[in-house]
Amino acid sequence: MSEHTVRNRRFAIGALVVALLVAGVVSYWASSSPDGLNKVAADTGFGTQEKPHGLDDSPFAGYGTKGLGGGFASGAVAGVAGVAITLALAGGLTLVLRRRAAGRPVAGRAADGQTTDGQTTDGPAADSQHVER
Amino acid sequence: MHVPDGFIDVPVSVAAGAVAVAGVGICLRGARNELDERTAPMAGLVAAFVFAVQMLNFPVGAGTSGHLLGGALAAILVGPYTGALCVAVVLIVQSLFFADGGLTALGVNITDMSLVTVVVGYLVFRAVVAVLPKTRFGVVAASAVSAFVAVPAAALAFVGFYALGGTSDIPLGTVLTAMIGVHLLIGLGEAAITAATVGSVLTVRPDLVRGARHLQRRLELRQPGQGGRPPGDRDARERPSSSMTQEA
Repeated sequence: MSEHTVRNRRFAIGALVVALLVAGVVSYWASSSPDGLNKVAADTGFGTQEKPHGLDDSPFAGYGTKGLGGGFASGAVAGVAGVAITLALAGGLTLVLRRRAAGRPVAGRAADGQTTDGQTTDGPAADSQHVER
Repeated sequence: MHVPDGFIDVPVSVAAGAVAVAGVGICLRGARNELDERTAPMAGLVAAFVFAVQMLNFPVGAGTSGHLLGGALAAILVGPYTGALCVAVVLIVQSLFFADGGLTALGVNITDMSLVTVVVGYLVFRAVVAVLPKTRFGVVAASAVSAFVAVPAAALAFVGFYALGGTSDIPLGTVLTAMIGVHLLIGLGEAAITAATVGSVLTVRPDLVRGARHLQRRLELRQPGQGGRPPGDRDARERPSSSMTQEA
């Protein structure tokens, strides 16, 4: 494992720990007052138009966990689950986009009429690495 | 600022959905060029972080709270296209798994809180970075300013949708004044969180802040100068074993 990989991994773990602590622990002390929009809606009157959410019965609705009551654990489990789901979806999307970008012919070479054989796996990422150094 | 179902009528919600789909489509294309070896691993982390911090409602005045929107933050960390995708993923997760933000209002919410905050936040960031000193402090200050502006911009976008398809007869001026007023306060919190986060990442891994790459390049160019080479000495670049080619 190169030093670069180790440093990246260390940063990723650190960032993830912060996100999990914020969502799973610190969020317990978040303000429960209505947010700006909900407050304005209630004060001015258009809040009465609100319709119930179609998924109000889902397991994590309202950032609580069904079956765990309304205490610390309920919010903690929901928060940790949310971080995990978001990480998986955004990370997965990134992976797909990167693969697609890598499979795309690199603009400069395509214009020269050359094939990109053997270079497609790293694609533009490898190029940008060159440029930035 | 998650809009529930019922505030905006169906036709305008559908139109907002079309805007959101088009915007996300543009971002999917644009993000391919941003996702290099530094940004790609960051994108998932940024989305997860924005989700987490959005749970932290902070009090703003009597009986009101606000939370991070995160568009400016994400755009500064991973670039505008990838950043908008990150926030859009967060909003979709919140609506589908946490019943936060209406299902029919998803288009309104993605437009307001992802597209508008990213576009406004990123443009303001670039403009402010350009006039401030090219230092870490300059980047952090620009982050704060852009985050502060992005929040009332998102509130304004909501009022725009309300003007087009609001389901109540509350006068537009009343809604506009109230929305901008409270979101200027929430913008202060957004600025503080954004500046603190960008500042922290700049401290541990300055190379991972996409909006600070101009600092990175400067540092790299300077390094050979440490050997006493006067700035602008072009000959140094042509020497075969010049220190320019070495990584510090």
